[in-house]
Amino acid sequence: MNRRLLWPAVVLALLLLLNLLFTPGFLSIEVKDGHFYGSLIDILRFGAPLVLVSLGMTLVIATGGIDLSVGSVVAISGALACLAISEGTGVLAAVAVAVAVALVLGAFNGFLVAVVGIQPIVATLILMVAGRGLAQLITDGQIITVTDANFKVIGGGYLLMLPFGILLALVVLAATVFLTRRLALGLLIESVGGNAEASRLAGLRSRGILITVYAFAALCAGIAGVMVASNVSSADGNNAGLWIELDAILAVVIGGTLLTGGRFSLGGTVLGALVIQTLTTTIYSIGVPPETTLLFKALVVAAVCLLQSTAFRSKVFPQRERPVARPATTKDTTEVAR
Amino acid sequence: MTSAAPILQLTGIGKQFPGVTALDDVDLRVLPGEVHALMGENGAGKSTLIKVLTGVHPADSGTILLDGREVTFAHPLEAQHAGISTVYQEVNLCPNLSVAENILLGREPRRFGRIQWKSLRRRAAERLAALELDLDVTAPLAQYSLAIQQMVAIARALEVEARVLVLDEPTSSLDTDEVEQLFRVMRNLKEQGVAILFVSHFLDQVYEIADRMTILRNGRREGDYPIGELGQVELIAKMIGRDLAELERLDDRPPARTTGTLLEADQLGRTGGIEPFTLTIREGEVVGLAGLLGSGRTEVARLLFGADHATSGSVTIDGEPVSLRTPQIAMTHKIAFCPEDRKADGLIPDLTVRENVVLALQARRGWTRPIPREQQAQLVDRYIKALKISPADPEQLVRNLSGGNQQKVLLARWLILEPRLLILDEPTRGIDVGAKAEIQRLVAELSDGGMAVLFISAELEEVLRLSHKVGVLRDRRLIAELPNDDTLTTEVLMQTIASGGRS
Repeated sequence: MNRRLLWPAVVLALLLLLNLLFTPGFLSIEVKDGHFYGSLIDILRFGAPLVLVSLGMTLVIATGGIDLSVGSVVAISGALACLAISEGTGVLAAVAVAVAVALVLGAFNGFLVAVVGIQPIVATLILMVAGRGLAQLITDGQIITVTDANFKVIGGGYLLMLPFGILLALVVLAATVFLTRRLALGLLIESVGGNAEASRLAGLRSRGILITVYAFAALCAGIAGVMVASNVSSADGNNAGLWIELDAILAVVIGGTLLTGGRFSLGGTVLGALVIQTLTTTIYSIGVPPETTLLFKALVVAAVCLLQSTAFRSKVFPQRERPVARPATTKDTTEVAR
Repeated sequence: MTSAAPILQLTGIGKQFPGVTALDDVDLRVLPGEVHALMGENGAGKSTLIKVLTGVHPADSGTILLDGREVTFAHPLEAQHAGISTVYQEVNLCPNLSVAENILLGREPRRFGRIQWKSLRRRAAERLAALELDLDVTAPLAQYSLAIQQMVAIARALEVEARVLVLDEPTSSLDTDEVEQLFRVMRNLKEQGVAILFVSHFLDQVYEIADRMTILRNGRREGDYPIGELGQVELIAKMIGRDLAELERLDDRPPARTTGTLLEADQLGRTGGIEPFTLTIREGEVVGLAGLLGSGRTEVARLLFGADHATSGSVTIDGEPVSLRTPQIAMTHKIAFCPEDRKADGLIPDLTVRENVVLALQARRGWTRPIPREQQAQLVDRYIKALKISPADPEQLVRNLSGGNQQKVLLARWLILEPRLLILDEPTRGIDVGAKAEIQRLVAELSDGGMAVLFISAELEEVLRLSHKVGVLRDRRLIAELPNDDTLTTEVLMQTIASGGRS
C-alpha cells in the first residue's frame, strides 16, 4: 500500500475497531426493504457531502491555495435548489441552477486569486462571510421546506440497493480522477503548487488552472449543498454546511496532501473524509458527552496529524533504521571550475 | 605593512558545510577609517565570511580580533553590541513602521516602560542628519525609495556606535545618483574613523570608493591589495583564478555563421535590469554572453524569453516584429530557456523526471489534451538515453538527482519542443566535469543541426570554445560584440570587461 495512505487507513481501522467494542454488530450490513443497511453504510452516506467538498478542496490545496467559502456555497446551492422547487420549478432544472450558480461563485474566487492576486485565504474569506448572507437572502431568513419525492432521492433515496448520495460521490470521485490523472490537469496543478515560478517559465497558464480549480471546488460544494438540502428536505441558510470547510481541509491534510501545495492524493482525501465522518459517528456511539464532542474530535485529529509527521514519529518512537548522520567531508568535493 | 593597528583582524577562519568547505584558512585585516572591499565570484565565500564575522554562523576554526581583543559571537546581536553593524543586500527593515521606529527598533528611549516618542523622533532625525538626509521620520518607511530605505538601514546600523560597518552589496538596487549619495555618506563615516567592509560586484564602484581589497576564491584568500596596486584585469584574473600567462588561445573554435537572421533585438531594455542593447542571432549560431555576475547576462536572457517585460525596444523574428510579453508567446516562436537557478526557476522538485520532462510540452497542449503514456515513455526514454541521465529511471523524483542530471532533465524538457533558439543560462555551473563536457558537446551538435543557442557562462574558456560570437556585458550594459576569431582570447575578453569597452 502507498505509504502516504498507511496512517489514515490505520486510524480509520482503529476507529472502526473502537466502535465494534462499544457496539457489537457495528460492522454488519443487512438487506432491508431491498436496500443495504448498517452503520458502515450510514458513515458512507452521511460522509458523502464531506467527501465531495474535500475532493474539490484537495485540488485547491494542491495549487498552494485554500478555499474557505465552500461551506457558504453549500448553503447557497441548497437554498437555491429548495427555493426553485418551492416555486414550482422541476427538480432537474432547480438542481442545474443551483450547481451553475456554485460554479460561477467558484470562478469568482478563482478570479480574485489568479487575476486580482489576493491571497487565497482572504479571497475566499469574502465569499465565506458574504455567502452566508446571500444564502439567507435567498431563503428570506426562513427555513424553506420542500416535499418533492424526486428531490428527496438525491440525499435520501436509493439506487442499486445503495444510498444515492454514495453513488453520486463515487461518480464525482471518478470524474475527478479522470480529469486529474487521465487528463493532464493533475500534472499542471501539482506543477503550479510545487513551484509557481518554474511553472510560469515552463509556459503554464497558471491563471486558467487556478480559476478551473476554484470553480471545480465550488462545483463540488454545490453538489454537496443539493445533497444536504435533499437529505433534510429543507434549506437552512444559516446552518447548512456550517464549518464543513474546516472538516474538508482536515480531510485533505489527513489524506497526506501538504498545505504548501504540490503532490496531492485523492485516495488519501477520501480516506481522510471517512476518518472524520467515522469519528463523528464514534462520538455518538461511544457516548461522549455532547458538550465535549468538539474537544474530543480536536484531540483525535491532533493525534492523527502527529502520527503522520515523520519528525514526530522518529522522536517518540526511535527507529532502528534511522540513518546515522555522516560527518561533513573535509575535502571540497564540489566541482566548480572557475 | 601599515603602521595603524587593524580594528578587525580575522585569522585562519575555516567553515565547513556538509560536503563543502566554504572557507579555508581565510585572513582578513581591516584598518580603522578605511573602506575595505571584499571581492570574489559567486560562491567564493564572501557571504559566508560576513556571516561568520557577524555571528550568524559560528566559525569552525580561526580567531577574530576586534580592536586587539579576541571575540566570539554566538548571535548577530552580540556582534552588534561589540560594534560590528551589518546592512544586508536586501533591506531587512519593517516597511510598515515609521522611519524613526525602524531606526530605533528595540532601542527605543523609554521612561517607566513607556516609549518617549518625542525623543525617539529627535534621535532618529539626528541620525539621519549625520547622513545628510532630511526625511519625515514619522512617515512609513515603505513610502520612500529603495535607496532611502538603504540609507535608513545604514542609519540604524550606525545607531549602535559602530566601529565596523559591513555593507553587503548595498548598491545593487541603486541608480547612479543614489550611489553617489551613498558614497558621500561612506566617505563621511570614513573620516569619522569607521571601518567599512564593502561587498560589491560593480568594479567601477570598488575602484572609486575602496582603499584596499581582499580577494577570495573558492573559499580561500587570494590576497589583499591596496586598490592602486591592482588593475582591473589582474583583479578579474585573480577572482576567476588564472594567471594571464596561462590563458591560451583555443584552436578548435567554430567558424562564423553566415546563415539567415533568426532573431534581432533592437534597443531592447528594461529599466533597472539591463540598459537597451542590440543583438542579432543567426540560425545555428551560438552567441556567448560573457561578463561578471550581476552584469546583466541573465536579464538579457529573461527579456528574450518574455520572463520579464521589456520597457523599451523591439524584437523581430524572421524579420517579423514580435512582442515577447510572456513565456508562452516566446514558446510559440520556438524559444526555450533553461534558467540559471535550476531549483527556483526551472524544476519542480517533487515531480518525477518524466513529469518534469513533459511539462512544457503538456503546458503547450493544455490539460485537456494529455500526452499518451506510451508517447511520454518514448520521449523520456529517448532523452534519458541521449543525455545519459542517471539514474535512468523516469519515475525518480527530480529532487533526488545530482545537479548535472537535473540540468539534463531541464534540457530534455526544452529539446522535446524542438526550439529554434535555446537560451542556456549557466548550464554548466556546479555540475561535474563529465556532465559539463556532455552538455558542451550537445550545444555544439544542436548548433550544427541548425538550432541557435544563446550561451551564458561565467567560464570564459567555455564561452570561447562554443560561441561563434561573444557579447560582453558589464554593469548591466552590453558593451561589446566580438566575433570569435583568432584574435579573441580570454585575455581579450577580460580586458574588454575591465576597460568597460572603452578601449
